[in-house]
This record gives sequence, structure tokens and C-alpha cells, in this order.
Amino acid sequence: MAQLFPKQANGLSQASIAAGAAVGASVLLTLFLLARSGYATGAGTPYDQPVPFSHNHHTTGVGIDCRYCHTSVETSASASIPPTQTCMNCHSQIWTFAPLLEPVRQSYRTGESLEWRKVNDLPDFAYFNHSAHVNKGVGCTTCHGQIGEMPLVFQAQSLQMQWCLACHRNPEQFLRPKNEVMAPVWNPPANQLEVGMKLKAEYQANPRLSCSTCHR
Amino acid sequence: MSDVHIPISQVTRVSKGASGAKPRFWRSLDELAGSEDIKVWLHREFPEKASEFTDPEGRRQFLQLMGASVALAGLSSACTRQPAEAIVPYAKAPEQFIPGKPVYFATVLSTDGAAQGVLVESHMGRPTKIEGNPDHPGSLGSTDHFAQAEILNLYDPDRSKSVTYRTETQTWAAFVAAIRPVLDAQKALKGEGLRLLTPTVTSPTLAGQIAELLKQYPLAKWHVHDPIARRNAMDGARLAFGRALQPVYEFSEADVIISLDADFLGLGGDKVANARAFSARRSFDTVADREMNRLYMVESSISVTGSNADHRMAVRAAEVEGIARELASAVGLPVEKGALPASAMAKSIVEAMIKDAKVRPTRTLVMVGETQPAFVHALGFAINEKLGSLGTTLILTEPVEANPPSAENSIEALSTDMAAGKVGALFILGGNPVATAVPESGFVSAMKDQTKVALRVHLGLFDDETSELCHWHIPEAHALETWGDARAFDGTLSVQQPLIAPLYDGKSSHELVQSLLGDSTSTSYQIVQAAWKSRIPAAANFDKGWRRIIHDGLVPASAFPAAVAKTTPGAWMQAEPASNQGDLDVAFRLDPNILDGRYANNGWMQELPKPLTKLTWDNAVLVSPKTAKRFSIPEPEGSARGSFVDRVRLEVGGQSVSMPAWIVPGHPDDVVTVHLGGGRKRSGKVGQGVGVDVQSLRTAGSPWVRSGGQVTRDGTRYGMGCTQDHWKMEDASERGLLRTGSYEEFKANPGFAQHPGQPTEMGSLYPAHPYNGNKWGMSIDLSACIGCNACITACQSENNIAVVGKEQIMMGREMQWLRIDRYYEGDSESPAVHHQPVPCMQCENASCEVVCPVAATTHSDEGLNDMVYNRCVGTRYCSNNCAYKVRRFNFFLYSDWDTNSSLTLQKNPDVTVRSRGVMEKCTYCVQRVNEARINSKNEGREIREGEIKTACQQVCPTQAIVFGDLNNAESAVSKKKASPRNYVLLQEINTKPRTSYLASVRNPNPELHPGASEPTEGEAHHG
Repeated sequence: MAQLFPKQANGLSQASIAAGAAVGASVLLTLFLLARSGYATGAGTPYDQPVPFSHNHHTTGVGIDCRYCHTSVETSASASIPPTQTCMNCHSQIWTFAPLLEPVRQSYRTGESLEWRKVNDLPDFAYFNHSAHVNKGVGCTTCHGQIGEMPLVFQAQSLQMQWCLACHRNPEQFLRPKNEVMAPVWNPPANQLEVGMKLKAEYQANPRLSCSTCHR
Repeated sequence: MSDVHIPISQVTRVSKGASGAKPRFWRSLDELAGSEDIKVWLHREFPEKASEFTDPEGRRQFLQLMGASVALAGLSSACTRQPAEAIVPYAKAPEQFIPGKPVYFATVLSTDGAAQGVLVESHMGRPTKIEGNPDHPGSLGSTDHFAQAEILNLYDPDRSKSVTYRTETQTWAAFVAAIRPVLDAQKALKGEGLRLLTPTVTSPTLAGQIAELLKQYPLAKWHVHDPIARRNAMDGARLAFGRALQPVYEFSEADVIISLDADFLGLGGDKVANARAFSARRSFDTVADREMNRLYMVESSISVTGSNADHRMAVRAAEVEGIARELASAVGLPVEKGALPASAMAKSIVEAMIKDAKVRPTRTLVMVGETQPAFVHALGFAINEKLGSLGTTLILTEPVEANPPSAENSIEALSTDMAAGKVGALFILGGNPVATAVPESGFVSAMKDQTKVALRVHLGLFDDETSELCHWHIPEAHALETWGDARAFDGTLSVQQPLIAPLYDGKSSHELVQSLLGDSTSTSYQIVQAAWKSRIPAAANFDKGWRRIIHDGLVPASAFPAAVAKTTPGAWMQAEPASNQGDLDVAFRLDPNILDGRYANNGWMQELPKPLTKLTWDNAVLVSPKTAKRFSIPEPEGSARGSFVDRVRLEVGGQSVSMPAWIVPGHPDDVVTVHLGGGRKRSGKVGQGVGVDVQSLRTAGSPWVRSGGQVTRDGTRYGMGCTQDHWKMEDASERGLLRTGSYEEFKANPGFAQHPGQPTEMGSLYPAHPYNGNKWGMSIDLSACIGCNACITACQSENNIAVVGKEQIMMGREMQWLRIDRYYEGDSESPAVHHQPVPCMQCENASCEVVCPVAATTHSDEGLNDMVYNRCVGTRYCSNNCAYKVRRFNFFLYSDWDTNSSLTLQKNPDVTVRSRGVMEKCTYCVQRVNEARINSKNEGREIREGEIKTACQQVCPTQAIVFGDLNNAESAVSKKKASPRNYVLLQEINTKPRTSYLASVRNPNPELHPGASEPTEGEAHHG
């Protein structure tokens, strides 16, 4: 019986095995990258909000401290989104007729809440506590990005567990002096690791890695 | 590695137990009989074959499906995006609200006749959890299970939501307009036809309003109907003292407690205070200065109190009176002798009891239960007086009820008037009398007669059986929704403060009565505050005083002073002795969970295993093994799909009901018990038709017992959801799961519970965990635990635990993280009862952790066995490997994730609501641990001793549960663990549980147990 396959079929079959493996690997790689992409994690996309509130303008521009609005960031799990009243503290005096601010004034008049789109949204089974972090020298921008440069806020980090753990394992990479925690734009010093180690000891920042730290 | 070598046989068999012999401790008659039935519960954690594919077809299909889902799992994790969520801040924020921080408000709940002070946890205006108020005498920081369940009642989606006329939706304004002409007509008649019917009222403001109403309508009448009311006690006091007085017990002074059918730990507004004081004299680690108290229980049914007795006599109702008479004549009261139990044992106990009382007359407390007639109550008062204990162990005060129940204000008197056409307008302020009044009282028939009462109005939380027969139904505001005031069992006065605006525009009794007074717009707040103007001294600043009272949750020193009263010897003492009528008594009792049916629509209460029978979602004819034999009722047939029993026809006085029969060890012979509250016709989705209504069997004259019953098997079978064999651990007796001894034994050898020869330290192949910070542990004192179930309900409330329903329970799938194992000791006729709460043991060498293929259960750096729901894939290996059977699996989506029901508001935001297919278990309330840890770190300090209380610990009326840091030698839990009574479950398997127990100590009369003071040599002293 004549040979069914010519000799070069050997090479072809080897090549197709290699190609198949490559396709499989690239599918896996795609999935791997997709799961970590901004598309899946929601990072990097600013959302339309009822009022295009600019953190860039209010913090870097005007110089308002984070805690003027996010009042409970040092005491509670939630940093808290300010009530309309907080906006009106200033905007009953300035830009009182700005059409952009009409939803704010309307909310204040009617008592109906403004409905903001949540930007940094952890899954419901993860319990994050703001106070525990800011009191140990974790700055706002470490998680929220250079908020002072954001006209519209977007999620700066993946918020995936491996990202949380990177800091919980080696907090010295990120710790900063407590008086700089609220800096809206912050870049680590050249000797961050050295400073970080010192601050870690000083603040007794010993993050836990047990599951129940965040999951309960 | 330790080099201790102990043959396994020696380790696991610490006491002699010849196989085949009856076990000392047992949980069901099946187990006592050595039946094969229970093996299904013993050998598998979840007996139902949910996971096994025994046929090759099923297996292949499973693998195919799994293959597909594994492939999809990668895809879905890459493609799942978080749903968009909104943040909705206040427009104008209320003061002192910090998102993420709960606020606690002091208020009171009158769940069982008198006020219990509570602190209610509120998250952004949403009450989620009820805790006791440590300053309040009716709470002392704890609550009963009813108070815990109130939060679920508040959010019950079945609550009535609008004013209705007949069935038509109406408005409050329309109601006010409609009653005006009727009231005007009554005014002309001086209110001759005006009647109010209320449950127990302790509110001085409401009483004041009603007094004002009665002033305006002088011939109107105020009737009281409440199945939990103390009519017999009040009538007894009227016999003995000539007026209504209430007993308040001083357990701290009582060495000998004689309870005549008094379930003082299970029912009544004083049960939490009673439990605390009672158990304080039963739990200690060194022989205290004060002797341990001794409880003699004489009862004609079963009760939580009876299960804690040192000596219990299960007798017929008339024999309770007989024993009271015996006691009375022994102390020199001129009464005739009555019926006495026939058994020699009961006789000797009565003798010993009388002797005990005579040795310490002023330190004896004789108590009489509501189910006994007025005469026995009067006799009880007289006996205490004669003993000289009146004023020391038994204090009399004015009753806390504003209108103490009597013959004149009873529902029978009202029904007579209604039937005679004397009633023109009837206002029912709460309660559900149509379902809870004895039919013989004539109330239901009078309500059904459309020609009789021209205007019938019902104020109630639910559109229930009573609303159905009323013209108007007004939705009632829940106690957590409205202002009010109430008295605790000792008279202490509190203001009831709302936590949330009425969800369904409900009205309070205050508002309804005020509208009868012609003012339909005043709010409860205005009414209550106005009434309190006079109560706060004029000299003081009212606002300040008012705020202080609301903040503290009580008015200091407002308890009633002791009343001075002497019994009036009279004709009452010559009453003819009751005798046993017929050969079967039917005892009617309030259900330990749903009372008279008022908690019938509460899933937590229906699913709570009843303290003794461990039945859920049902009531049954409870019968002793001996009496069961008499009526040839077979024992329940246990299976992996529930316990199947025979239904019987229970007949008494010409009426009959068909009910399942359930054999209860220790139940009195020739008596059957049926619990009230079953078979509700209009209760809502949860309680509709659960159990059987037994009201038709009762009589108005003797509502708690009826003689001349007859039981016949009706041939049909019925499945019960009974949890007594669930989560069973093998060989409770031989492996020393439950350890108990007598007080004499304890005095002779405080370490009686230790098993000699059992190694304390065994090696492990795994490296030891270092604990540099805190190391959490728990101790449960079995001497203090009374088996009241409050811990289970508190846990359910705190940890968002789902209700699964009877069908799932029958398959052993209840979700409660904490269970109370009830063990019987001795024979099936008169066994002793022990309660053992079993939460997760949080083992050091946890068998669950090492078998999880996905590391969803891991060891924390503080020693907890963490459970990570989002990582769990539901293999159930952990639960299979758990020696204590404390893990619970979500076979279905038990928690409601989809419907937008008010129940979601109850959920604790600090705890994940679990989904289908994940394992869950007790976490030591890790959310509370985390909260305390973060607070302490923020404040730069260590976690304080006592700062963290688990939900079960906080609610425990007897403080049997202690939680804390084992690294701190001074912590309460470390001290408990150093007690000679300390032991752990299954020490020999080297799991090193964090949760340990203190062996129970009972105090039987040494004269009745001659050998008890000499512990047997060598073998385990417990066994």
C-alpha cells in the first residue's frame, strides 16, 4: 500500500502541534490579560456623574483638604460622600447661578439626594476600612491615584486581591508620613523603601494577611 | 513532636462502656434503644445523598457538566464586571450619623408581659440588631429569644400596610370620620356600649389615656385579654391578700427553690432577670461562701425550668396542688390533703423537699406557675409567709399591669356583654384575640355575629384572624417604630423610643386612644411627652431630664417598693382538694417559641428547635413513653428525610383534633401536652397552617389543663422536622462529651470532670501557629446554661443566617451556626436533662483547614478558622472532616437575593449574605473582632478585655458564654479555662479546640442520692 502521507507531513504535523499549543497558550494568555485588563476591573474609565465634579480643581486648584468632604475617613470604614449641604456651604456664595450646579441646588431645595456613580467599588464580600489605612500612613493617592490631577475621577488601580496583598505583604513600598497622607498629588521619594521601613516601625503598621481581615 | 504514645483504644474509651450497654447520656429514644435509625445522622454530616452519583450515567453526566463549567469558569472570571452601583448621600445629613458606624439607641420591648430594656443597633437609620441594656433590671445586658426575634417582626413583609374597612383600602382620616358619629352616640349613653380590649398594658401613658377616656365615657369598660397574662397569680393574690399583688423573686437569697409548675426561666417578663440570679448561685469554680441553690421542680408538663431542676417530679396537674397542700400542712397551714403522685420516688422527693425547706425556712422560695389555679397561688403565698421567706426570697409589689387581669375585665365578661347586645363599639388595641381566646369564652361567636356589635375596630401588626372579623383594621406601629412607655417586671419605668419611622404608616395604641378622645392628629411622641411632663419634677429642666431618661433607657430607682401584705386566712383555705379526673389530662402550654401564635409568622422562631423536644415548624401531642405505650403510639421512625410519626386523634370534652404524637422522655405519665399557637389561618406566608390549632379543646374556666382526654391512633403518618439527632457526635457518654457531677462530688473533688490518663499535650505534624497578638477563645459554662435558645436567635440575627423551612430541616440542613445539644441522662421515664451549646470549636489543629482544596478555610493569625465564602467551591470536604459537625452548607439559595423585600433591611451590613453552594459556620463574630481591632489600632492601644462580645455571649441571660484573649492570663476567659471544671470536646483527637466547656454541676439532695458524695474510684467521675 502506498504511503498515505508524504514525508513532509511529519514537519506539518509537528508544526500544527506547535501552532495548536501556541493558539492554546495565547487564548490562555488573552484570558489572563483580559481578567486583569481595565475592561474587567473597571480601572481607568471615568464615568458621567450628575455634576462633573473636578477633584483636580477643588483640591490642587482651590486647596480644599480631602477631609472637608470625606469627613469620616479617619474614623470609619467609609470615607463618606458629602451631603449636598457640604457643596452648598461654598456654592451658596460662589457660582450661585452656574447652570452646571443646578442639580446640586435642586437637591438642596428638594431634599432629594444626588445619585453619584460609584467609582471605586469593591465586591460586597470584601470589607475595606478607610480609617485603618489612613491612620497607618497609607495615603489617599496610593489607592485612588493622583486624585489631584483628575478632572473626573476614575478607578486608578485594579482593586484585585493581588493588588491589596502587594501592600499588605510589603507596606514599606507605600507608607508615607502621616502629615502627607491627605496629599492630593504625591510621588514617593527616591529612598521610599528606607523611609517606608522606618514608618512601618514607627506606626506599627503590621497589616494582616489572614482571610478574615477583609472577608467575613 | 511529643513522644507520648497512647493506644487509641485507651484514648477514645476513657470510661468503661461495655458495648451494648445503655449509654449514660442520650439524645433520643432511638439512641437509647441502640436503633440503627440514627446511624444515618451519625456517620454522615448531611445524610441526604446530594453529592453521590452511584449510577455510572449520573457520574458521566456530572463530569461532562463539570468539564464545561471549568472551561467557563476561566472565561467568566475574565468577563464578569461589577454591576454599576450608585452612592446616594444625604441632601442634608442628620447630626452624628457617620456612615459605617452603627449608632445604638436605648428603648424597651414588651415581648413577654413586661419591659425588657434593649439597645438597638442602627445602621444609617436602619435597625439591624437588638442587644440588652445592661442598666435595665429586666435585661441586665441580655435578652430573651423573643426580643431578638422582634427585629424580624419589624421587617416582616407580611405586616399589614394600610387602613382597611372590611377589605377595602381606606385612610386614617376616613376612619376618624367614620367613628365620630358612633362615639357621639356613645357619649350620649355615657359610653354604655363602648368597650376596649387590650393585651397586657404596663404603659402608664396608655393607662392614663384610657382613664381619661373612661372619665369621658363613665360607663365604658376596659377589658384585658392576653394568653401570657397572669390571671391566676393575680386571683391568687386576691384570695390571699385581698388585692392584686405580684411576686418578685430574690434568687440571690434562695437556697431551696420549690417550683410548682412555675416556668420562671422560660416564660414571663422577668425570665432574663430570674435566669441571671438563679444561675449566679449555680456556677462557681471554688466552693463559694454561699451554698449552691437547689431547685425542686414539680410540674405537670415539660419546661425549660424543669430541665434545670435538681429534682424533678413529673406529675398530673391535680397532684401539683396535692404537693402544695402537703407542703402547706407541713408548715402548719390548716389545709386538707390532696392527691399525691403514686410513685415511691416522688413521695421520697416530697419528703426530702419538705425537710430541706424546714431546715432553711427563710431561705426557701416557693413559686407557683400561671398554669396552676388561683388557689395554689394563694397557698404558695401563705406557705412563703409561714416559712418567713415572704420579704426575703419572695417580695410582693403592686402589679406592673395597669389593669391586672380579673374576672370583671376578662374576655369572657366582654363576650357575655357582646352576646347580650350591650356593646355598640369595640376597639381591640393589639393582640389577636379571635385566634387566642378560648372558643368557649364566646368571643369568636360574638365577633362572627354581624348583628351584635355595630363597630369593631382592630389595631394590629398583621391582617389576622381578628382583623377579618372587624369592620376596621388599623396597621399598628411596631414597638421599634413608635413612642411609648412601659414598666419592667419590678416596676422600673422606661420610655420606648422609636428607631425608624413607621414603615407602613402604622398607628400606636396611644394614637388610637387619643383619636377616641377627639384628637386624631397628635403623634405618639406628643402624647407620651405630654404625659411625662408631670412625671419629671417641675424643678428640673424637662428637656434635660427627658433626654437623660431616653438616653439611659430607664428612670432610675423607679422600681416598685415592696408592698406590705399579710395573708387573710379565710374560707379560701378550705377549698376542696382537686383530684385526678379521668385517666388522661390534656395540658395546654404556651409554645416556647411562638407563644400563643404571635410569633407564628417569624421564621427564626418557627425554625428554632424547641428547648426540650427539638421540634421545629410544628406542634404535637407530647406524651411520655409509658403513656405512649398505653395508647400504642409507636416511636418515631428516623430517616434521612425526617422523623416519621403517627398522627393521633386527641379528644377531650367532645372536641377533637388530629395531630402528630411525639414521645418525650420525662413527660408526666397520664398527661399529654399540646402547645398553643399552631394552625394559624391568617398569619402571613411563614406561619400559615404551621402546626395544629388546639384552641377548641380548651375551656375558659381552666384554660391550662383539661381532664378526661382520649388519644387514638388515626393511622396516618406524618413527617416532623426534629433536630435532636442532627449533628450527632458518637458516644457522648464514653467519650465524655458531656460531663456533669453533683455538688457533693464537686466539693470533694473540684476536678471531677478531668479524665485521668488523657494526655493534655499531643504532637502534631504541622508546625505550631505563633500568636503574637491576640489569641481568641471561648468558654461555655454548662452549669450556667439553661438551654433558653437566646444565643441561637442572637447568632441568627447578627450573622444573617438564613431560614430554610421544614422540608430542608427534615433533611438535616438547618443553617443555625450554633446548636444546643440536649442530652438526657438516666432512664426514659424520669431522665435528667443537660443542655450543651455547640458553636464552631475554632480548633488549633483544625481538621477542616487541611482538607479544603481551594484554601477557603484557613487559620488566622489570631487562631480563628476563617471561612472565605467567595473562595468556597462547595466540596464540603471540610464539613465531612469536622469532628464537631458545626459547619453548615447552603444547598440552595436560602437567603433572599432577588426580591426587593423589607427583610433585606434587617441584614447586618458587616457580614456577607451567603450565596448558594458555599459552606458557612460560626466565626466567633469576626466582624466584631475586626471592629474592635481597628478601633483600638486607630486609638493606638491594645484591645481591651471585654471589648469584644460575641452575639451569643452578649445575649446570654446567664452569662454562660465568655469570650476573650487567651494570651492575656487575666482575661475572664483565661480564668474560666483555668477552672478545674474546664474540659474540651474530643481531646483525644488532638484538634485542640479553642472553645471549651465547664462541666455542669447539679445539686441533688444527698439524702436522696446516698452514694453521690463518694465518687467512684478510677474510672471517670462523670461516667
